[in-house]
Amino acid sequence: MKRKAWVVPVLLFSLIAAACTGDDDGDTTTPPDGGAVTQRDFRFEVVTHGQSSDPFWSVAANGVNDAAADMGVTVNYNAPGTFDMVEMASLIEAAVASEPDGLVVSLPDADALGPAVQAAVDAGIPVITMNSGSDDFADLGALAHVGQTEFEAGLLAGQRFADEGVQNPICVNQEVGNSALDDRCDGFFEGVGVEGEVIPVDLTDPTGTTETMTGVIQADESIDGILTLGPTGATPTLAALQEAGRLGDIAFATFDLSPEVLEAIDAGDMLFAIDQAQYLQGYLPIVFLTKYLETGAIPLGSVNRVVLTGPQIVTADTAADVIDFSADGLR
Amino acid sequence: MATETAPAPVVQEDERVRRGGALSRLLSRPELGALVGVVLVYVFFAIVAADHNFVSFPTLASILNRAAPLGILAVAVALLMIAGEFDLSIGSILGFAGMAILILVTSPDDGGYGLALWPAVGIAIVLASFTGVVNGVLVNLTKLPSFIITLGTLFIFRGLTIAVTRALTNRTQLSGLDEVSRDVPRPGFDLAHTLFGIKVEVLGGRFDIAILWWIGLAALATWILLRTRQGNWIFGTGGAVDAARNVGVPVNRVKLTLFVTTAVAASLVALIQVVQTNSADTLRGAGLEFEAIIAAVVGGCLLTGGYGSVVGAALGALIFAMTRQGIVITGIDGDWYQVVLGTVLVVAVIFNNFVRKKAAAR
Repeated sequence: MKRKAWVVPVLLFSLIAAACTGDDDGDTTTPPDGGAVTQRDFRFEVVTHGQSSDPFWSVAANGVNDAAADMGVTVNYNAPGTFDMVEMASLIEAAVASEPDGLVVSLPDADALGPAVQAAVDAGIPVITMNSGSDDFADLGALAHVGQTEFEAGLLAGQRFADEGVQNPICVNQEVGNSALDDRCDGFFEGVGVEGEVIPVDLTDPTGTTETMTGVIQADESIDGILTLGPTGATPTLAALQEAGRLGDIAFATFDLSPEVLEAIDAGDMLFAIDQAQYLQGYLPIVFLTKYLETGAIPLGSVNRVVLTGPQIVTADTAADVIDFSADGLR
Repeated sequence: MATETAPAPVVQEDERVRRGGALSRLLSRPELGALVGVVLVYVFFAIVAADHNFVSFPTLASILNRAAPLGILAVAVALLMIAGEFDLSIGSILGFAGMAILILVTSPDDGGYGLALWPAVGIAIVLASFTGVVNGVLVNLTKLPSFIITLGTLFIFRGLTIAVTRALTNRTQLSGLDEVSRDVPRPGFDLAHTLFGIKVEVLGGRFDIAILWWIGLAALATWILLRTRQGNWIFGTGGAVDAARNVGVPVNRVKLTLFVTTAVAASLVALIQVVQTNSADTLRGAGLEFEAIIAAVVGGCLLTGGYGSVVGAALGALIFAMTRQGIVITGIDGDWYQVVLGTVLVVAVIFNNFVRKKAAAR
């Protein structure tokens, strides 16, 4: 039996090798039967800071996969296991080394990721940024940015809160270090006209976030407006408001959608949600890159070369329709 | 009668001691398994990712750049592991040191101390070595397993990093190491960048200077381990601590020194990453302690201590980085990354064991 011990590792290796070479396409979904999709010989790499376990990012990843199927191209989606800029820069380096036909990245920290993205541009790879980095992408040489301008979106939310008569707002940040979220809070307080407090929480720890928010709400009775910046902040805050017995009393809105958020808006517990349509943030860059390679033209965007996908306000009137899309992973 | 000198006595070779052939001695080195592992993993990805440009200088650069910080940590962790102890807190010390540098240079308006760059770096390294002293003293005094002690300090140091940073600056991420304020460069940053952050372009690949630090430290540690008395002390402390103590090895001093070494290694990697990214955040380094231990074990260090090699740990870090980057370059779905990584590592360790047993049996 000892003589045959080498068989097992060799078998394991060949199995893994077969699995890898067999499906070279990585993340591609094949088009439905009978679909007349032109198969194009392009390979794009997508590197974002969002893990697929995050409900927000799984919608963006769905957009990426659907675009790959519709365009007939190969796309690989990669993200670090946690919000780690050093690891993300390393992933971008690997993606660039594989010599793809195009690169799509998010830019939550332009300082840390700048050199890696610059290297991609210097290597002649067309780069499109999405979701974060609307202020920094042009300096790095990216062709376009698909997303929403965060300060303006926060401003919009703040102005709506001011209309409600909010005097003591707080902003809940679930991913500190992401400059886009800092911009949202800044715009929000500017819109309300009051410099409120930013409460940092951890998007990977819903229970901890609930407890933190319960503590904050109970400690200060004068808080009359809460803005969360994502579903991983909104859902625990809903639970905290319920625990503190103040659901519906405090003006509450959020960025980005989830089924729970939409139900809450429908029920009147939340004022509105600002949707940045992350599905489109995943879908459109793939389409733009494909057409850029084929025609040489790229959309110029609407504001500072940003192709805006938000802010799309979802209120109680429209929530019911959006709920179905959200359950399908499309909004 | 003619005097005859007695015939010279025949020197009997002691047949119980056999000097193995050169090949046999080479095969029983602890690094061998790791070296074969490196070759196998490289060939594996070269085949599987052939059309994705795996065999190229840019890919080699991305692999070595990923391996260098881990490699520096693995070298220090290997020394400690050979002495029979674990340090699970190096990831937290890394975050602590990086954040200390940024807090010390940040202007007082934002909650910092407004120091110049190099004094801040010096103070941060001293603070980090102090955490190493804490680890070493606790392990020596309490005689508890270092696994438990450093698991506790993992949380303590990480918690300190988060709490102190938030208390002073109300943020968990600080940036702007290269500028005192907008368009005003920070004095001393250029030197820091040249020493720790610069990228050298060779044949299309952009290699971090950290790779040179990694190789240099691995060479220094190997020399200490294999060619000096202190290196013997390390093996003795890990292999048979009571016997070593009885023979006169200062076991407590050896362990304390090694804990300080891992802490300083962590602060060096923190400095490199801070200069490269221009920023520090309170979560940086989380999980690296396990990566470093994995690299050391894949490189041939025994978890029980007393056996291992620094070169092996360096090669283990290389295997880790090759697998990590290889998965991205091959285009394996990011969701499966952890499954593939774990499989490759387990196979590498089994293979390592197999080679060592085979070589020892010759």
